[in-house]
Amino acid sequence: MNQVTRDPEIRQDTDWPLAIFGALKRARVRQVSYVPDAGHSRLIALAHQDAAMEATVLTTEQEGVALAAGAWLGGDRSVLLMQSSGVGNCINMMSLLNSCRFPFLTLVTMRGEWAEFNPWQIPMGRATPAALELMGLTVMRLEEPDEADEIVTAAADLAFDGGQQIAVLISQRMIGRKKWVSQ
Amino acid sequence: MTVAPGTMDRRDAVRSLLADRGELLVVSGLGSPSYDVFAAGDDAANFYLWGAMGGAALMGLGLALARPQHPVAVVTGDGEAMMGVGGLLTISVRKPPNLTVVVLDNGHFGETGMQRSHAGLGVDLAALARGAGFTEVVSLGDLDGVAAFRPRLRDLDAGPHFVILRIAAGEQERALPPRDGVHLKNRFRERLGFPVD
Repeated sequence: MNQVTRDPEIRQDTDWPLAIFGALKRARVRQVSYVPDAGHSRLIALAHQDAAMEATVLTTEQEGVALAAGAWLGGDRSVLLMQSSGVGNCINMMSLLNSCRFPFLTLVTMRGEWAEFNPWQIPMGRATPAALELMGLTVMRLEEPDEADEIVTAAADLAFDGGQQIAVLISQRMIGRKKWVSQ
Repeated sequence: MTVAPGTMDRRDAVRSLLADRGELLVVSGLGSPSYDVFAAGDDAANFYLWGAMGGAALMGLGLALARPQHPVAVVTGDGEAMMGVGGLLTISVRKPPNLTVVVLDNGHFGETGMQRSHAGLGVDLAALARGAGFTEVVSLGDLDGVAAFRPRLRDLDAGPHFVILRIAAGEQERALPPRDGVHLKNRFRERLGFPVD
């Protein structure tokens, strides 16, 4: 079943995952953890292909919060890749970031906000920005593919130089429609 | 399956395990494991969790991946370990050779009124770890066994190890490590030579 092909009408020609990867490399991010998402699939592949990066697949997103804290203790910068439904899984673990002021960067692909076919994605998608803010994270928005490099670079600077906890929400519009049936 | 209750004194077991620790970096799970690690001797290379239940082993993974030249031990309880049971799968697929996960198993949630835990109700933690794919899974029931295992904690190339210490259930006097997470983070990083800025 063809689940991940982008709608050809929607910005198929953009190279924003590559731009994000470049921004993360320049920011000296070494550890990448993720629960897979179609929108992140290219970035995940790039991280695995990079011998200088440590890419870790998680069973649940909250593991990535703890992993990021441990990485920072050991001197590594890291990023957690997830989709909006995973944000809810992280809430209590984010206390760790707040209590210890761990720098933290997560890139969240949004579901439930743009041409969503699956109603089950909508409640957490709608709650995602507020849930992150409730736990003390700063929420940034990436809406335009051309801005991927600039926004992720700014987010990484805020996280690792400014000592903040930053979530960049990547618009579902950028990712495109999910196809549910083969054509 | 019924697991025989442990008999080791938890403080003695952790003190023995962490003796002659060298360059070992330690993350301790919230509650009694943090008290046990602190009671064995405070050290800037200890990071005591007071929360983040279910996250101790994953914190150890992030640390172990960042510092391959240091041995890393996570010392936690059976309840904390099982809340983060998925994390055991995540660790085992990464196979960090410098990481040991030590689980103090008394079969109870000690901090909250000694309710029986999943381990106490028959879940076989060693089988879980073996199924996940840990390189080595050891269950130790006496202090001689702990002392014999101790040098393995400093392995940099043979892990990840999974060690169960079968301890007695029962209250101990609390030994309270610092609770300020920023302080714990900064002194840990200073120990590793990172500037605090």
